[in-house]
Amino acid sequence: MRRDVFQAIADPTRREILGLLTAQSLNLNSVAENFDISRPAVSKHIKILTECGLVVITKEGRDHYCEAKLDKLQEVSDWIEQYRKFWEERFDALEIYLNKLQKKNKKKSTKK
Amino acid sequence: MKNKTIIIAEPDKQELFITREFEAPRELVFRAFNEPEMLKQWLGPRDLTLEIEKFDSRTGGSYRFINCNATGTRYSFNGVIHEVTAPERIIRTFEFEGLPERGHVSLETATFEALPGDRTKLTIHSVFKSVADRDGMIKSGMERGVMDSNERLDELFEKLTK
Repeated sequence: MRRDVFQAIADPTRREILGLLTAQSLNLNSVAENFDISRPAVSKHIKILTECGLVVITKEGRDHYCEAKLDKLQEVSDWIEQYRKFWEERFDALEIYLNKLQKKNKKKSTKK
Repeated sequence: MKNKTIIIAEPDKQELFITREFEAPRELVFRAFNEPEMLKQWLGPRDLTLEIEKFDSRTGGSYRFINCNATGTRYSFNGVIHEVTAPERIIRTFEFEGLPERGHVSLETATFEALPGDRTKLTIHSVFKSVADRDGMIKSGMERGVMDSNERLDELFEKLTK
């Protein structure tokens, strides 16, 4: 399944996990201790976060350490910025058109 | 100074807001959204990308627009118009036909607010079926934005300033 950053941050538990991991890298158990949900449920969220490229897991002995990699979050704001640009281009064109119409109207009324 | 286009899309929400102020009276801005001939002048370069198949802009009406890019790919979108109250409000549905399945419809409310000095504030509020739908729309906006080459926009500006 194709994963993206939007899926990662759409879930409140995953956002909380990211928040925890931003402060420090933790093993799976330590992450799970912070939540009321089951350990497998936490593991599933972490798995999704790794698939989205926001968390990297390193094995140290028997422990799996989770580390947050937040560069990808930038993608979200980039998307919104592109969407904004899409509308900005349209609205800038509209403004130019409106200016043109208003100038025309002024000319008409001064001729009268 | 140029008026800014602002997008508000909070994480984990099904809605987004687009706002922009214009140096033109409300009646005129409203007409530019509601009259097909005027809409064509700014929503897309007429002969290249935007085809208005249907635009019956009144309460109970409907619309269908087709965007066609340089390689001939066509993207259609359509909706029904719930309310047109001149010059202050348009409420309509929006569905992009290029999705794998039907039914991902959003509800758009465009509000035109008169500001002092013959200026207008436009707010478009879109409510989607799900957070994923909204985020998907934001992403497709990016794809469309990239698709619209600057060249074509220059052409439009040129046409408008002639």
